Amino acid sequence: MIDTVLDRIRAIPEAGLLIGLLVISLAAPFVMPSLATQMAFLWLMVVMSQTWDTLGGQLGYNSFGNVLFFGVGCYAAAVVQRDSGLPYYDALALGLVLAGFMAVLFALVFGFALLGIRGHYFAIATLGLGIAAGELAAGWDYIGAGSGMAMPLYPGGIGSRELFFYFVMFGVATACFFTLRWLYGTRFGLAMNAIRDDEDKAEAMGLRTTSIKIVAWAISAFYLGVAGGVAGNMLGFIDPRDVAFSGATFGVWMVLMAILGGKGTLWGPVIGAVIFHITKELFWTYLLGWQRVALGVLIVVIVLFFPQGIMGWVEARRAKTGGQAA
Amino acid sequence: MIDNFLLLVQNPSFALDVVLNGLLAGAIFALAAYGMSLVWGVLNIVNIVQGELVVLGGFIVFVAIGHGVPAYLALPLASLVMFAIGWGLYYTVIFRVVDKDLFLSILATFGLSIVIQQLMNTVFGSDVRSIDTGLGSFYMLGGAVTIAWIKVIAFVLALTSGGLLWLFLRHARMGQAIRATAQNPRAAHILGINTDRVYAMTYGLNAALCGAAGGLAVMAWNIQPYIGLPYTVRSFMIVVVAGLGNVGGVIVAGLSLGALENVAGFVLGAEYQIAFVFALMVLILVWRNWRAARRRAYLS
Amino acid sequence: MMKIRLAALTALVVLGVLGAGVGWAQADDMPVIKLGAAVSLSGKYSSNGVYTRNGYDLAVKKINARGGVKVGDKHYKLEVVYYDDESTPARGSQLAERLIQQDGVKYLLGPYSSGLVEAMAPVTEKYGVPMVEANGAAISLFRKGYKYLFAVLSTTDQYLKGAVTIAAHQAADPSKVKIAMAFENDPFSQDVRDGVLEDAKKYGMKIVVDDKLPPELSDMSATLTKVKLLKPDILIVSGHDKGAATAIRQIADQRVNVPMLAMTHCDSAQIAEKFGKAAEYTLCASQWAPSLSYSDDLFGKASDYATLYESTYHEPTPYQAAESSAAVEVYADAFTRAGSLDPKAVRDALASTDLSTFYGPIKFDETGKNVDKPTILYQVQDGKYVVVYPEKWAEAKLRAPTPTWDKR
Repeated sequence: MIDTVLDRIRAIPEAGLLIGLLVISLAAPFVMPSLATQMAFLWLMVVMSQTWDTLGGQLGYNSFGNVLFFGVGCYAAAVVQRDSGLPYYDALALGLVLAGFMAVLFALVFGFALLGIRGHYFAIATLGLGIAAGELAAGWDYIGAGSGMAMPLYPGGIGSRELFFYFVMFGVATACFFTLRWLYGTRFGLAMNAIRDDEDKAEAMGLRTTSIKIVAWAISAFYLGVAGGVAGNMLGFIDPRDVAFSGATFGVWMVLMAILGGKGTLWGPVIGAVIFHITKELFWTYLLGWQRVALGVLIVVIVLFFPQGIMGWVEARRAKTGGQAA
Repeated sequence: MIDNFLLLVQNPSFALDVVLNGLLAGAIFALAAYGMSLVWGVLNIVNIVQGELVVLGGFIVFVAIGHGVPAYLALPLASLVMFAIGWGLYYTVIFRVVDKDLFLSILATFGLSIVIQQLMNTVFGSDVRSIDTGLGSFYMLGGAVTIAWIKVIAFVLALTSGGLLWLFLRHARMGQAIRATAQNPRAAHILGINTDRVYAMTYGLNAALCGAAGGLAVMAWNIQPYIGLPYTVRSFMIVVVAGLGNVGGVIVAGLSLGALENVAGFVLGAEYQIAFVFALMVLILVWRNWRAARRRAYLS
Repeated sequence: MMKIRLAALTALVVLGVLGAGVGWAQADDMPVIKLGAAVSLSGKYSSNGVYTRNGYDLAVKKINARGGVKVGDKHYKLEVVYYDDESTPARGSQLAERLIQQDGVKYLLGPYSSGLVEAMAPVTEKYGVPMVEANGAAISLFRKGYKYLFAVLSTTDQYLKGAVTIAAHQAADPSKVKIAMAFENDPFSQDVRDGVLEDAKKYGMKIVVDDKLPPELSDMSATLTKVKLLKPDILIVSGHDKGAATAIRQIADQRVNVPMLAMTHCDSAQIAEKFGKAAEYTLCASQWAPSLSYSDDLFGKASDYATLYESTYHEPTPYQAAESSAAVEVYADAFTRAGSLDPKAVRDALASTDLSTFYGPIKFDETGKNVDKPTILYQVQDGKYVVVYPEKWAEAKLRAPTPTWDKR
């Protein structure tokens, strides 16, 4: 029965699905205004899991340090907004541009240094990078050191702020989604998958693996950096260890959401982000005091029982029912 | 920064103090690192819950001493209790993680660490705890160098545990079984070794080592349910730097990292201490990989 | 196996949709005045979060027991809606949004710790929701032009002012005094540091050690070695409970001789009880003491409050609870004076508060901080916390300078 349902879903043309989702997403903050900020965070989660998956799922390089780019984005935008002296929207725009730019720069530099390392040592090295970044930020007075940075207040009236940031974050998430969708369909995307499947062979075949890896990381860093700039504004306050470079929250969630949804697929991270975020918030509301335990258990369950994720499971079923091989 | 460095250079006895205290601190981290190395090498799991096991061991010692158990008994007691807990954890959760890939093991144990942190918070409360063993410190060089006796004990304990562990792995039947399973689980199984028992034994042993480390930590410094991550991360770093399966390397790496960290804290200022240590780890990895790349190989 | 997985997933999704719907559809007209509160029920601040909650609960209970709050000619009961901020700022601001947007709360009680107030203040300010907080002392909070933020506790610049002043009086020449500082790298402790720096500058004192301690570390031995080398006249440490406990422990271990040691959070870290003789002579900043002679008609004297707290919660009274109770008292007084439940009117009433409580006098200046209540300094003398400063409230004389370790 589930297979017929899945077949029916598969039969819907993708364009239809996309348009439907677009309409819902555009209407949502007007229909449920009290949840607008929550939903804006949902889009942030979507960006985070998608960008992680670019490296983790498509390229096969599990990074525990992507939160570095998020933090860089938060601070870059915050510094511009604090120091540029421009009016709010101009400063915000400039801040976001700088956020993306700085994130890309960091990706290029660290990518060059670290992307020669493979497998779990890469994961470890990026983990170290993320933590070191958080500690360095906490020691640097220019960006507030351990006291963090507070963001300027939004000039609009009540209600407009939620809508504004919702649409900005939605915009970032959509741009990210379509960029990656296009990217995965190009030769570059095929090259990424080749690296994931067998890097030595890919190199032997003449693919310029290092450049490909660095570019992929830079693209994901860009969106993560911009999302960071927006998120910093939404939260209103940036703490170097708990917000900007928080490995134990955002850093790990990125990975989990992509795995939950199915890494290496286009929709997997999106679905994973939605389910994870909603579940986490429900735990927080209804399991007061126990929500962290529930979250821990959820993480263990996801990893042990759904390592291939939802999309992976869907694909496996398609293979079973005689459709195309997974 | 420069003045701090000059301070050290001009006052060698104080420099000695900084280095020695760092070495002794490193010994406690090395204890936790043995376990991490074992679990990684044998079960192919990066045990992110390691720090929480250390803190749990510390709480057990704290509670035991609170009930009148003398310190020298509380430590072995905590190790035994933690062994049992490790064994239990293996048969309930960890056995499922063993056949997953390394990366997933990181996530699974991370989830487990959150659960254990919260449980510890519920049971023990979030207050900072420490035990004063009353052993005091000894002083050298006119009071410039002060070494707390408990840290010396920790150091001796760490070295002897390392030695005992090495002997165990080398000569005891179970130890050899552990090594065999680490090399080739299928072959070991075929040859009649109960690999499941071996895994449980290894994990239990890891927990016991963490328990000892935690007991020493609560006596030398302090503990709190949320202070596990630094232990995890440092034992992890020590294993990475030392290389897997290298017991001697672990103790050397542990001590050096401890000393380096303390000196870095003095010279760079305490706020950059942790950043320094992690940046160092990243650099070591990059350097090692570069060396491997010259032979057209890579780190694995 | 597959079926179980599928069922689990479906259940999760259904729960999700239901939950969203339920949360969204909840109406909120209540016959009580709802106060919203973020407290740290998990995470590193959870013990202090619990004290905060106890304080709020105790005051609400007392106020409701005597007939509630009179607004105009109606009486209202007080009720507090709690959420767990998990001791993280990101959660705090989300929680503020949730309380205001989804739960329709119009008045907020503050969280524990300056970092969390920092995260929540922009939210309450944006929505025009007054927040009366009792546990976030950072002075930087009150330099941002917030109009809806009020704090009953003394701000960080006040904390160790007394210590610096005492050091100046003890020295023959205040400008020759050398100060060593170790502060945890978080918003509260860094603000205390700023306060100390300001005072030190006034006297022209020299700072010889200025370390920012990472919150994850429990080892400050490198800093203490520096202190031994540089021989300051006063060592100042602030790092919540962990900082106080670590400092006392390691200062004793390393036999660091400083003529004066001043810290924050000594009483919540219980240094006198836990470290015995090692804690003697330490100066501790505190917001409140049960022995002070403040009183009001809700709780009676400060000592009466302590008795009530101890009999309710069976533990010694922490000052966090006392200040939290005071915050609720301030709201009750403001509602009555405003004569209305409109947040703006309540805010204006709060701004003109001039109240005497068992916790101390409360009067807000135009930035929202309480300018009438001094912080006091305890000294650990013979295992007890004895008020030594300001002189007006002192129970005993200051014992200074601290004798060296070999003479103790």
